[in-house]
Amino acid sequence: MKKEILALLEKNSRLSDDDIAAILTVDAVAVTTAIRELENEGILCGYSALIDWEKFGQEVVTAYIEVRVSPQRGHGFDKVAERIYQFPQVKACNLMSGGFDLFVVVEGKTMKEVALFVAERLAPVEFVLSTATLFVLRKYKDHGVLLGRHHIDERELVIM
Amino acid sequence: MILKNMIRKNVSEAPPSGIRKYFDLINEMKDAISLGIGEPDFETPWSIREEGIYSLEKGKTFYSSNAGFLELRNEIHRYMRERFSLTYNPVSEIIVTVGGSEAIDIALRMLVGPGDDVLLPEPSFVAYKGCARFTGANVVPIPLKAENRFRLQPEELLAAITPNTKVLIISYPSNPTGATMEWDDYAKLVKVLKDRDIVVISDEIYAELLYEGKHVSIAQFPEMRDKTIVVNGFSKTFAMTGWRIGFACAHPDFMEQMKKIHQFAIMCSPTMAQFAAIEALRNGLPEMERMVSEYDQRRKVMVEGFRSAGLDCFEPVGAFYVFPDIRSTGLSSDEFCERLLVDEKVLMIPGTAFGDCGEGFVRATYATSLDSIREAISRIKRFVDSVVSEGDALQESAR
Repeated sequence: MKKEILALLEKNSRLSDDDIAAILTVDAVAVTTAIRELENEGILCGYSALIDWEKFGQEVVTAYIEVRVSPQRGHGFDKVAERIYQFPQVKACNLMSGGFDLFVVVEGKTMKEVALFVAERLAPVEFVLSTATLFVLRKYKDHGVLLGRHHIDERELVIM
Repeated sequence: MILKNMIRKNVSEAPPSGIRKYFDLINEMKDAISLGIGEPDFETPWSIREEGIYSLEKGKTFYSSNAGFLELRNEIHRYMRERFSLTYNPVSEIIVTVGGSEAIDIALRMLVGPGDDVLLPEPSFVAYKGCARFTGANVVPIPLKAENRFRLQPEELLAAITPNTKVLIISYPSNPTGATMEWDDYAKLVKVLKDRDIVVISDEIYAELLYEGKHVSIAQFPEMRDKTIVVNGFSKTFAMTGWRIGFACAHPDFMEQMKKIHQFAIMCSPTMAQFAAIEALRNGLPEMERMVSEYDQRRKVMVEGFRSAGLDCFEPVGAFYVFPDIRSTGLSSDEFCERLLVDEKVLMIPGTAFGDCGEGFVRATYATSLDSIREAISRIKRFVDSVVSEGDALQESAR
């Protein structure tokens, strides 16, 4: 049941426990208990909303930063990754295969803010060899959702 | 001068749909929630749409053979065999039609006319009755019962058969009830049908929208295979309603004749849709399964919602309809739907739209978003509560 709950919440974290109970044909109390357990185990890590800030009229600058680092004896990439992901400006940080090592997602209010963060905070981190900053110009699709396209039900009434 | 008297009576006297007035009402409303539309709310999966677009880009804008591209019929052959264990020769036993609706129409036109009886278990999709009447045939409704989970019973079938009976139309999973039939249910019908000259038109358009068990077709019974015309299509399975594409499978003797009507009336199905349909059958099944699992989630929320609103609700395991029993409110189906729409701006379709025996029931579709379903359910709850307390007050004052 936990796996089904996770799959449902991953798609729509606003589903109520009652809805989930109805969908899985189980008791609502059991759903509440399971969700609490998943939260306590650190498997359900948080609930966030997907927002088209641009549409709201607020600019948010997102940059994907390719970071090359030199791994450390005994720690590999973990230590340097930790130094980077602790910054609140860093929204995501992943170790990658390929031509660079860490892929870091940074958000800020302006391009300058993001650029300065990279120049002053990220690049000087010990063992960081180089950075390449790629700014997002337009988001088309995020978390499986098409942005900028408001769904309107255009189905006409037909006799069926 | 309009020569109204020239119009044939079996056309002019066919009643217009009783649902029309609701459509007029809802069109003037804001914030109305429609649980009335009988089509998927999903867009056609992208890879399928893309194949249609690509066919236009390549300039593939010509007729196909009357029966449809052989490539598509080959895919239909494979699909029917793999999904439903039904084997039809792609050359002589399959034709591609303009939606399942055309298949039903041409099958009826081939088989019946004035003096013939068409048996129609009701409540049912509205087009069967209309198409049968236009041929001049006589429609004999067989009222299905909620206590039998709207499954056709052998004794009901037997009682309706006369020497004039030529066709039985069956459609499971059912619009509007969401009912299904299992192997044992069909086996009993087969006993009644196997030695009689009755052709079965089995509309299996909702075959893939099944949430429990495995779809059974009456054509899977060897003794029925050549007496059955199986109708299916892409509209419901792959959310392709506007493409207008379906197909029929039957013995070559039937197919040859249906093909004649089809070729003179229609020529061939839209080719853009045919190219898209090939992609649907080749690669569309995972997307179809994703849609089915979403329907299933909404189905459960909706059934649970109706029950918690105090409406008795038989568990539908197919199609995307719920058919709750509203008799406890003391209202007729029509009153219920009209008042619900006016008071709470929720559209459901009265059961009577699908046959007289639909009285006491209403049809709601869960081919709409979960949010709409939840909001609709809370409005329906409020409505049912107010109707019930109104009824209690009336009883009180009568005492």
